[in-house]
Amino acid sequence: MTTVLEPTIDTPAGPADSGLLRRPTNPKGAWSWITTVDHKRIGIMYGVTAFVFFLLGGIEALLIRVQLAKPNGTVLSAEAYNQIFTMHGTTMVFLVVMPMSAAFFNYLAPLQIGARDVAFPRLNAFSFWAFLFGGLFLYSSFLLGGAPNGGWFGYAPNTSITFSPGYNIDFWIFGLQILGIASTVGAVNLIVTMLNMRAPGMTLMRMPVFTWMTLVSSFLILFAMPVITVALFLLMFDRNFGSNFFNPAAGGDPVLWQHLFWLFGHPEVYILILPAMGMVSEILPTFARKPLFGYPVIVFSGIAIGFMGWGVWVHHMFSVGLGPVAVSAFSVSTMFIAVPTGVKIFNWVATVWRGSLRFTTPMLFALGFIAMFTIGGLSGVTHSVSPHDRQQTDTYYVVAHFHYVLFGGALFGIMGGIYYWWPKIFGYLLDERWGKVNFWTWLVGFNLTFAPMHILGLRGMPRRIYTYDDSLGLAALNMMATVGSFVIAVSTMIFMYNVWYSTKRRRIPAGDDPWDARTLEWATASPPPDYNFKEVPVVHSVDDFWHQKYTEDDEGRLIRIDGGKPGPSTADVAFRAAAAAAVDGNGTGGDGAPPAPPVQTAHELGIHMPSPSYYPLLAALSLPILGYGMMYGRSSGSHYVVAGLGAVLLFASIYAWGMEPSAEPEEPHGHDGHDGEPALVGAGPQAELGAGDGADGPAGDGEGSDESPGTGNGEAGA
Amino acid sequence: MTVTEQAGPAAPEAAHGDGHGHVTNTGLSNEKLAMWTFLGSECLLFGALISAYFLYRGKSTSGPTPEEIYDIPFTSVSSFVLLMSSLTMVLALAAIQRGDHRRLRVWLMATALLGATFIAGQVYEFTSFIREGLTIKTNLFGSSFFVLTGFHGVHVTLGIVMLLSLWNLSLRGKLPREKSEVVEIAGLYWHFVDVVWIVIFTVIYLIPT
Repeated sequence: MTTVLEPTIDTPAGPADSGLLRRPTNPKGAWSWITTVDHKRIGIMYGVTAFVFFLLGGIEALLIRVQLAKPNGTVLSAEAYNQIFTMHGTTMVFLVVMPMSAAFFNYLAPLQIGARDVAFPRLNAFSFWAFLFGGLFLYSSFLLGGAPNGGWFGYAPNTSITFSPGYNIDFWIFGLQILGIASTVGAVNLIVTMLNMRAPGMTLMRMPVFTWMTLVSSFLILFAMPVITVALFLLMFDRNFGSNFFNPAAGGDPVLWQHLFWLFGHPEVYILILPAMGMVSEILPTFARKPLFGYPVIVFSGIAIGFMGWGVWVHHMFSVGLGPVAVSAFSVSTMFIAVPTGVKIFNWVATVWRGSLRFTTPMLFALGFIAMFTIGGLSGVTHSVSPHDRQQTDTYYVVAHFHYVLFGGALFGIMGGIYYWWPKIFGYLLDERWGKVNFWTWLVGFNLTFAPMHILGLRGMPRRIYTYDDSLGLAALNMMATVGSFVIAVSTMIFMYNVWYSTKRRRIPAGDDPWDARTLEWATASPPPDYNFKEVPVVHSVDDFWHQKYTEDDEGRLIRIDGGKPGPSTADVAFRAAAAAAVDGNGTGGDGAPPAPPVQTAHELGIHMPSPSYYPLLAALSLPILGYGMMYGRSSGSHYVVAGLGAVLLFASIYAWGMEPSAEPEEPHGHDGHDGEPALVGAGPQAELGAGDGADGPAGDGEGSDESPGTGNGEAGA
Repeated sequence: MTVTEQAGPAAPEAAHGDGHGHVTNTGLSNEKLAMWTFLGSECLLFGALISAYFLYRGKSTSGPTPEEIYDIPFTSVSSFVLLMSSLTMVLALAAIQRGDHRRLRVWLMATALLGATFIAGQVYEFTSFIREGLTIKTNLFGSSFFVLTGFHGVHVTLGIVMLLSLWNLSLRGKLPREKSEVVEIAGLYWHFVDVVWIVIFTVIYLIPT
């Protein structure tokens, strides 16, 4: 890899060397990934990074389970236990499920709406880097004196300077601020992409359900993140500058923190689950070979959840003592939000009902999602009954509930999504036999771990205790949960083995449409070329790609339009059969496969794509510098100089970003000489383009650098 | 595949990077829609801050109180100055849409200066409050007052940076008439910050405790 680095930097830049740094031009090698603005590459980077954090969060979970396996465990000290469960929760929410969903958003949403990229490709790269640096910032705490230890919810005043004088909480505050910037910027970008860049004929009510759920999730992120941004800022002012927001001695109200946190925290739950619902809504119709039952109802249920998710946050606070009116109102709203969720579950069941089912790995994960999520949803409804909830508050019953929703729901959906879209993203299939082993161990391990926690909670075992006494009679169920957690760990290793095996040992090319699927991303090559579609598709209905493949005869039977049998296209089947035979024959993997048809480059097709850039990386790099400076500024004012340097770097890189056109002008082609109406990206007058971006840049910059990272940078042009 | 084939009525890829003059699904350029989206997020940011201020009104356990310390005539004048800057912002947009670049720069600079006057007033107010014994540490009023108005002041300052950048671009001839939307988008942000001030001014200075 290093050999490619040098030439990339040293390559004399092509045209319009306008910025401080030469524009990266090499299409291959490590630097091409570091400077990429391609939504597909960014999606893959999101996925890989989130998976690494999943392993870290998983190790933390195993440590928790080892500590609790037997009464009076001694593996972790109380303080270490606090750090581990805080980081487990923070990691799984902010560094695994959210970015894993973002990986799919980025990769799939533009493909599913027939676009060439997102609206602001460089901003997209910035989101990824900010996410990565935010995660590294959080994890650097382990090396710099201790990880956050106040729970993922960070209740003040427990997290105030009086009770948490170390830097643990500061890592959490600034790490979450950086991650908030990443998510907010990403949400703005995706919302604009989906609202503005749909292919001709792709009306909103023809968008695939996954894209719809991406849109709803993005709006939730857009509106939820500023609320936690404010909460974190108030806490920062308390800790660093002596304000009194959460200081009871001066009249400060700890419940303010809880309101702000859960006003963010409950929409966050839907931010985590809606993308998985979207994935399942794509997988089920494909493998049931039926259209999604009640497409508009599913879409509107998703939107309803998006709205109602804002009116239920107090059910996290039933034991605070807010009075009967507040508790009753939020009990009712919490029961009510189960309705659109239930509607979706019935729609999925009806989709599968009497379908000609194919139990592939993604289908198994999708069905597992429905079953596990239903259990989690039902235990959620029990929480809406406030007398019951007051019994269960802070017990393992709650832990069981949200793991059934977030693991049984979100992670099952995401695993299904990985198996389903892997062939599209990488061009070859994951092995089905290992995939099924992966699924069954995952399912068994999951239930073995979390089902006993319901009973532990009902028996009164509290959350967040680092040990318990033998006389409480909790030992057997805890041991069962610990065994289950190791089954999940084995299942994760099986998944990784499957990836290795399918990549190196038995590489079966996928063809464009291995599952006989319904949505637009399957209409292009696997993996898709950087420009996604040679010709921008024109869409006529929901599941347009399906209708391009199939029609019905007089008796309503499916007929393939190309004359073949129903199922993956004959070309794909032949392609894969030959490839599999080649693999079996010589065991060398993909090399023996028939060559895929040559993919033309964007340049050959006259499609002008956005150019890579260093500035998103630099701008994102300034954020942890700012964070460290602000954090250590409390001990010595001179550290605020570091924060100042971070702000200057942020300002400079966004300014240079603004002056750099989104796409470098190409050498004039015969056919795009008309400057006035640039049909493709960047074909217009470049100087003006730069000017346009420059104007927006500084605003975004200052936002992030000074006071409001949570919402800043949203307007930083392209 | 030629460009002409791709430039269909709603060719979505047309909107990469620069949305100006291209057809998008909503009819708004990507940049403008992004600004609107971002401002939606900002509403929640200020909403949460204003809620925190409201919650702590009259809850301070020690003085000084707002009644003792506010100079409402002074703040009213500086608020008037900020509101007038919205007028000059509109005039700046009208100027570039007419192609009158000299007046564009005059009005951009006027807007920036009015904004700077407001910020100067805020700095004066902050320092006089601190002289009279109200800091962020003093009581709940001090904490919530300085944080809320401080956040707003930073937003105005960023707006000034944006306006001066536009002024500079125009001076260098890099802000042609076709790019008038850039001024419009900066104006959206500027007007938003003004509107937020109307709410903040009402909430913290006008509604009695």
